[in-house]
Amino acid sequence: MYTEEMLDLMKVVEAKREANAALEPTRMTADEKEALLAQYHPDHKVEEFRELLIGPNKGGKVPNELADMLEANSRLCGKDIDLSNPDYETDVLIIGAGGAGTSAAIEADKNGARVMIVTKLRMGDANTMMAEGGIQAADKENDSPAIHYVDAFGGGHFAAKPELVAKLVTKAPEAIQWLSELGVEFDKTEDGTMVTTHGGGTSRKRMHACKDYSGAEIMRTLRDEVLNRQIPVVDFTSAIEIIKDDKGAAAGAVLMNMETKEILVAKAKTVIIATGGAGRVHYQGFPTSNHYGATADGLVLAYRAGAKLRDVDTLQYHPTGAAFPEQIFGALVTEKVRSLGAKLVNIDGEVFMNPLETRDVTASSIIRECSTRGKGIPTPEGVGIWLDTPMIELKNGEGTIMKRIPAMYRMFAKYGIDIRKQPILVYPTLHYQNGGVDVTTDSMSTVENLYVAGEAAGGVHGRNRLMGNSLLDVIVFGRNAGQFASEKAKSVTVGSLTLSHVDAFAKEMAAAGIQTDKVSPMLLPDYARKN
Amino acid sequence: MSDMCNIFLFGKKYEVPSNLTIMKAMEYAGYQLVRGCGCRNGFCGACATIYRIAGDRELKACLACQTKVEEGMYIATLPFFPLVKPVYDIEKVSPTQAIMMQLFPEIYSCIGCNACTKSCTQSLNVMQYIAYAQRGDFKKCAEESFDCVMCGVCSSRCPAGISHPQVAMLARRLNGKYLEPSCEHLNRRVTEINEGTFDKLIEDLMGKPIAEIKELYNNREIEK
Repeated sequence: MYTEEMLDLMKVVEAKREANAALEPTRMTADEKEALLAQYHPDHKVEEFRELLIGPNKGGKVPNELADMLEANSRLCGKDIDLSNPDYETDVLIIGAGGAGTSAAIEADKNGARVMIVTKLRMGDANTMMAEGGIQAADKENDSPAIHYVDAFGGGHFAAKPELVAKLVTKAPEAIQWLSELGVEFDKTEDGTMVTTHGGGTSRKRMHACKDYSGAEIMRTLRDEVLNRQIPVVDFTSAIEIIKDDKGAAAGAVLMNMETKEILVAKAKTVIIATGGAGRVHYQGFPTSNHYGATADGLVLAYRAGAKLRDVDTLQYHPTGAAFPEQIFGALVTEKVRSLGAKLVNIDGEVFMNPLETRDVTASSIIRECSTRGKGIPTPEGVGIWLDTPMIELKNGEGTIMKRIPAMYRMFAKYGIDIRKQPILVYPTLHYQNGGVDVTTDSMSTVENLYVAGEAAGGVHGRNRLMGNSLLDVIVFGRNAGQFASEKAKSVTVGSLTLSHVDAFAKEMAAAGIQTDKVSPMLLPDYARKN
Repeated sequence: MSDMCNIFLFGKKYEVPSNLTIMKAMEYAGYQLVRGCGCRNGFCGACATIYRIAGDRELKACLACQTKVEEGMYIATLPFFPLVKPVYDIEKVSPTQAIMMQLFPEIYSCIGCNACTKSCTQSLNVMQYIAYAQRGDFKKCAEESFDCVMCGVCSSRCPAGISHPQVAMLARRLNGKYLEPSCEHLNRRVTEINEGTFDKLIEDLMGKPIAEIKELYNNREIEK
């Protein structure tokens, strides 16, 4: 329910709605975008980053919070782990059960491997479940994988690994087909044509969706398929350290039961890290749209095992997190709201930008509007910008909101806000880890037999990800990792298991003068109030 | 500081700010959640919760992350409910009424009490979608159940022992795979890609110097 002051401020938005809806706001030039990002994007705040003192990325800059986790003590510190009698033995061990982990599991199972999934919460508790807007694939007549390539590579500031982008875009239509054949219900017209829209930074309408439950629909279907295939899933169990063999290859993981804290050992021929992102680290104090378990565990596990990271100094702040009401502060308002025609409006009722610039540019523009320009709308938690949702029905007709973005309607209706009739307040929220563990096109990290897929991997999106390329990433590279890891497992003979790399890392920390009582991986954020 | 209110977590009384959601109120009370907390955003169904307001007979259900606390709220979370999930091969089933009879025979024992619908945390018409499933109308069942987060509260209230979310899951997969029209432009594009139609184009792009691809990107035509 809006306050009196907000309702008052809303009047100018209503008064200008019709004119604003008709506007075609110009896009920024490349120079304008660069200047905006340099001044306002959180990635450019130098004091929020520091150099790593040890490890494969020594000398590289990462966010302070991530540096603290990468240079923290192992949870095994002082514990004697018996590796001689593993509790589990499998061909492919998959850590994480979101979109990437389950896709990998299905493909590895298809390829005849013994597969086991461990996940620190439940299967499907993942950012995939929360992806609302859609999944990109260049499957329309006026589109092609090559056009998709230029959009993704350019949108990522030309920093992605070209071979990974190439794989992402050329495998995209097949990913949609694979999901359809599993029974995912995409939005289609009567004749089977996909209903597609723009996302920020796309040059063709290639966003496929399942209403605004796209990720949920995909995730629950993948979960059902894993259950149908009877792939073992060990839930409420986290991986806390990668195990290697005496040849230096990944060969399993030390696990911890999240409830009883029991330590377990899993031995495997190949290991896939699919642990997702880092929103719950709350970089720079930002709220987040992410899942409870998004704590960068995969980066810590991989780094301590000796794998190189890339682009981890760049995070995505989704332009439109809910700024009001406070109960949903930071929650995602899908980009699809803007794809469908809602524009961003400041306190004076002005449309101050084209709402479909890339996410980093849009977020920076909102931050500028709310800071130096002073055109934000005050809220209990800070400040926000109007997102004029009633424009959607003005443009596409009544009923569009219930048909295309029912989850958004539901989210605000719970707090007495009818987004069909009233605009909503938004502000950027920490959304995505653009970088991650460096991988090849086979999804293998710089550590032999250690594969990484999904948000935990880096190089696919460069320094900014486009809407709809993350759901695509988890499917394409989840499957990819599952295929390669299971194929590789056929020829692997595991040597004797060791955790000597964990000890070596501790010695390196000591030699670099790092003294800390922090332990990692973080596993879960601590939101319990301390008395 | 906002107003405070009294709530009862598993029967024990806590005083918490009245503007918090149940989930945040639990954390305010000092709980470090492991179970019963997932996306914190209404999509995953991890935080199913049942409650009763003191003085009120009605038992209500909600998602803890989506519901504000109220004075006198007696709260019990339901972080897990044993749904029945029969295993099947999606390639070998067909979208006929027979498959429901085979995998979920209990749906035909529905007594029409509507407790499922009344308890749905997403306000879905659960009994109606079960009726569609009984009839083998998977398209309607899929539509009606689409917003289901599979929290399982409906099943916890069902005297017939129906696992409603799993019934709906099967209906949606059957609908998505077998009943929805196949997408011709998608199939065509996959064939083209497999034939290598775009290989040369993509290789060219991968080999281009950054300055050239920047030029391409900054001047690309954007579909209206």
